[in-house]
Amino acid sequence: MTDGLASGLAVLSTLLVIAPLVAIFVYLIYKGAVSLNLDFFTHNPVPVGELGGGMANAIVGSAILLGVGSLIGVPVGISGGIFLAEFGRGSRLATAIRFTADVLNGVPSIVMGIAIYALIVVPQNHFSALSGGVALGIMMIPTVCRTTEEMLLMVPHAVREAALALGVPNWRSVMAITVKTASPGIITGCMLAFARVAGETAPLIFTALGNSNWSTNLNQPIAALPLQIYVYALSPYDEWHRLAWAGALVLIVLIVLAVSLVRYVTSRGVLKGAS
Amino acid sequence: MPEIHISQTQLQPKAPQPGGEGPGKKASAEVSHVRMHLLSRGNSAWADRGFQWLMVLCALSIFGIVALIAVELILRSQLAWSRFGFKFFFSVFTDPDTKLPLYWDPVNGHFSALPFLYGTLVSSLLALLIAVPLAIGVAIFLTEMCPQILRGPLAFVTELLAAIPSVIYGLWAVTILVPLMREHVNPLLFSLFGWTGLVSDDNPTGLGFLTAGVILAVMILPIISSLTREVMSTVPHSQREAVLALGATRWEMIRIAVLRNARIGIVGAIILGLGRALGETMAVAMVIGNSPEIHRSIIANGSTMASVIANEFSEASDELHMSALIEIGLALFIVTIIVNAIARLLVWAVTRGAPAQAR
Repeated sequence: MTDGLASGLAVLSTLLVIAPLVAIFVYLIYKGAVSLNLDFFTHNPVPVGELGGGMANAIVGSAILLGVGSLIGVPVGISGGIFLAEFGRGSRLATAIRFTADVLNGVPSIVMGIAIYALIVVPQNHFSALSGGVALGIMMIPTVCRTTEEMLLMVPHAVREAALALGVPNWRSVMAITVKTASPGIITGCMLAFARVAGETAPLIFTALGNSNWSTNLNQPIAALPLQIYVYALSPYDEWHRLAWAGALVLIVLIVLAVSLVRYVTSRGVLKGAS
Repeated sequence: MPEIHISQTQLQPKAPQPGGEGPGKKASAEVSHVRMHLLSRGNSAWADRGFQWLMVLCALSIFGIVALIAVELILRSQLAWSRFGFKFFFSVFTDPDTKLPLYWDPVNGHFSALPFLYGTLVSSLLALLIAVPLAIGVAIFLTEMCPQILRGPLAFVTELLAAIPSVIYGLWAVTILVPLMREHVNPLLFSLFGWTGLVSDDNPTGLGFLTAGVILAVMILPIISSLTREVMSTVPHSQREAVLALGATRWEMIRIAVLRNARIGIVGAIILGLGRALGETMAVAMVIGNSPEIHRSIIANGSTMASVIANEFSEASDELHMSALIEIGLALFIVTIIVNAIARLLVWAVTRGAPAQAR
């Protein structure tokens, strides 16, 4: 009796969890598909009251912000991961770094935004694309670092030893052999971090600020897709809501693609060729 | 002398390798001998050392980031700290005209973080109240009952929930959830629980603590359920079999063998979910109503620490207002660091200490 009841509850809760996801996705695809057109990708926002317009500037802005972010987050994160997996294994320093990275992952992105605001925006006295990119980059570091470490740990030791036995210097053995072997996994880790920060809005509100015009200047405020969605979603205009949904669809398609790719690659066994 | 040493250490690692150890974690001790040797001789020594230092530096940058955030927040919140001290977190002002309690009035320089602490606490607790039973239910279903074919797709679906950006949850909540709460859920709750005073009918917007709690619950479900699942799957099969052999039903087996063994890890997962809920910004800022007030009713408008920063930061014109907002950010930073550290320690303790191969 209780057995059946408990099983029923477990099944019910699973259904309850899937329901919002289905609701969000169905609604998002429906609303997004209805509102999406070529103008969305090729036009800048238009003033209130005018129909049409798009988010071309926000798409380019997001790309620039993510580019700057990746330039910071990817090399630093991968290097940190290399340290954890290749040099610091078992050491107390590595454990402390690992722990701090995990904790840093849980720090709210808005706090990161304030810190970058205080660090870059205040001294410069203006909002800029650069500061937004730095905020995103810093947020990528812990994720990239931890996944790189995990992927490197999967590389069999024989591969490293073979390189060292040939007299290859340690740094070349790490870069050309170990990291190269694990590279599909490391790339997926970077994609995951990328997907995570691609949708971040909170750290951009007072760093990149947003911009309703076309701008590619790193020193000026810049538009970003999530920021634009936020502004449009809270506006009272139907036309802007329509654009917000279109933007959300574009964003989610990018993120789902990244996540599916990650899942596909990891489920296939990233390092099959290596072992 | 060194030559002999090398040949010995190079031969050694091969022996323990084929023992089915997986990606040879055990062999690291021997390997590092070889590596140390190569590091200390030849003309690549300086390159190797430089490379290692570079990697260490990048790894240390993680400490640097935490320190940087802390220092910047402390420095920039000095003004509010020196003006209000600890009272910033619990003082109540009085409106000179209406005689009502007043907490946050940037125009007249009244700043108290109390309503934001309250709002954060209430919305997060509501979220946990909704999310925890569901998350544990899902984890039980996925680890113990689910047919093998469904397991992968369902895990994928929960992963996807985690990947949706906060702002899209907010957009969905504004268009679907808020009207739903306004038209159906809130009136129903009022007719059922109106007598407790915890639900009022004076908020016709559909925004408020409960709406924020619901959307937060949807957002923290994936993390709680996936970690709970992970912890549950570290419970050795022998435990389950032993309980089943004693004649237990499946539910009794889950309760006695699985939940009991995994409880520390589950608590860790819940605390981690709490950490997420505390700091969640955009979706909450879009649905909580954004008024710096304290109400007993859970469907009243409110504001959280993160949402007030998101809403007021770019408009804060005077120094004190800005500094007060940064101090709220500092408090949020400290709280989430503590909550996350506790959660990580609990989860690590379980997933590490457990005999993983016993599965």
